[in-house]
Amino acid sequence: MSKKEKGRKIRVVIAKPGLDSHDRGAKVVARALRDAGMEVIYTGLRQTPEQIVETALQEDVDVIGLSILSGAHMTLFPRIMELLKKKGLKDVVVFAGGIIPEEDVPGLKKIGIKEVFGPGTPTSTLVNFVKENAHKR
Amino acid sequence: MTDVQQLVNGVLKGDKRSIARTISIIENNEPEAQKIISLLYPETGKAYLLGITGPPGAGKSTLIEKLAKELRNRGKTVGVVAVDPTSPFTGGAFLGDRVRMQDLSTDPGVYIRSMATRNHLGGLARATKDAARVLDASGKDVVIVETVGAGQSEVEVFRVAHTTIVVLAPGLGDDIQAIKAGQMEIGDIFVVNKADRENANKAVSDIEAMLEITTEKKGWKPLVVKTSALTGEGIAELLERIDEHRKYLKTGELDELRKERVETELVDALSQKITESIVNELKQKEEWNKLAQKILARETDPYSAADKLLAKRLKTTKKR
Repeated sequence: MSKKEKGRKIRVVIAKPGLDSHDRGAKVVARALRDAGMEVIYTGLRQTPEQIVETALQEDVDVIGLSILSGAHMTLFPRIMELLKKKGLKDVVVFAGGIIPEEDVPGLKKIGIKEVFGPGTPTSTLVNFVKENAHKR
Repeated sequence: MTDVQQLVNGVLKGDKRSIARTISIIENNEPEAQKIISLLYPETGKAYLLGITGPPGAGKSTLIEKLAKELRNRGKTVGVVAVDPTSPFTGGAFLGDRVRMQDLSTDPGVYIRSMATRNHLGGLARATKDAARVLDASGKDVVIVETVGAGQSEVEVFRVAHTTIVVLAPGLGDDIQAIKAGQMEIGDIFVVNKADRENANKAVSDIEAMLEITTEKKGWKPLVVKTSALTGEGIAELLERIDEHRKYLKTGELDELRKERVETELVDALSQKITESIVNELKQKEEWNKLAQKILARETDPYSAADKLLAKRLKTTKKR
């Protein structure tokens, strides 16, 4: 079935995994995607991988955006990707942003994170990324 | 092509992925939507439907989290459909109700779906009622529908819910607000939330005073409950009141209510289909463009043009 049918909206979950409480960046991204005509579900702070995947499942989203500043991405992201697979959500596109060192990026892409965006990424880059990838589902 | 029967079977078994896909298909009005609804319909009508409405920031989502937890403690499964507004400018939406319901997200006995209005008026999305039906068919005991932060005239929820709860907070207005039409008429139960704040008792007495002078409709006198979704105060009492209303409906009101709703829905469905088919047909006619041009040139007005189009259409129907 074509996802580009009339009435079809891109649905995105923006999630904050782990313990850091800074969600300014996540909110900016959520707002930018909203303004690009998408339906953005925001989870709030301090989400476990289980909560994020469960939300993506129930909300039938095309894309998950993970925002993390705590440095725990190498522990939390693999768990999220694993759970997505387990729940049959392999077709959901996952991208990440926040403070993620350059040297961690290849490892994250290897486990299925589609793209990692650093600080200062223009929101238009994100919007284009989501638009291009969401419909490949 | 999605395998409709497979999806429907999944929903009936309570499979979350199937429920999620089904709601999307209905929400997007995809070609399979009507077929799915017709297959699920015989399995609906089992859940108790709660409608929660009230102004933005009154604490609806937080209250729902507390209500759902209490229902879970009592062994009930819960579905939630939470509606937030779509931007009239971009068509996008920020759906933030889950932020207040985090404790529920991994409970296997709870299913939460956020929904954007997609510019439907009335406080709900066009597909909200059907989404609630999907959750009903999936076996949830209670389905809670949360409206957008509602103003005075977003009252559609009372046509969907068995029990409508209007959530208010202290300091939102005086007894003059309480007397106005719309929202203040649809509550079976009024909740004054944020009871931990000042003036909660004043809000309760304003509403009670308003209810005093309301002509009782059909024997149910709306109740007022004071809660604090923050501390959990009043939640158990609220559930007792909901139960009272449910018992009241069971004494015969419910059958009447259901029949009334089915008829309203039938009229809505018919109007939609009639409008669609007639308008599509009329649009094909040369007359359509001619009249549109005339309206543009201010030679006629939309109402007279509609009369003309319709008169011709009715004549041809009679001839048949």
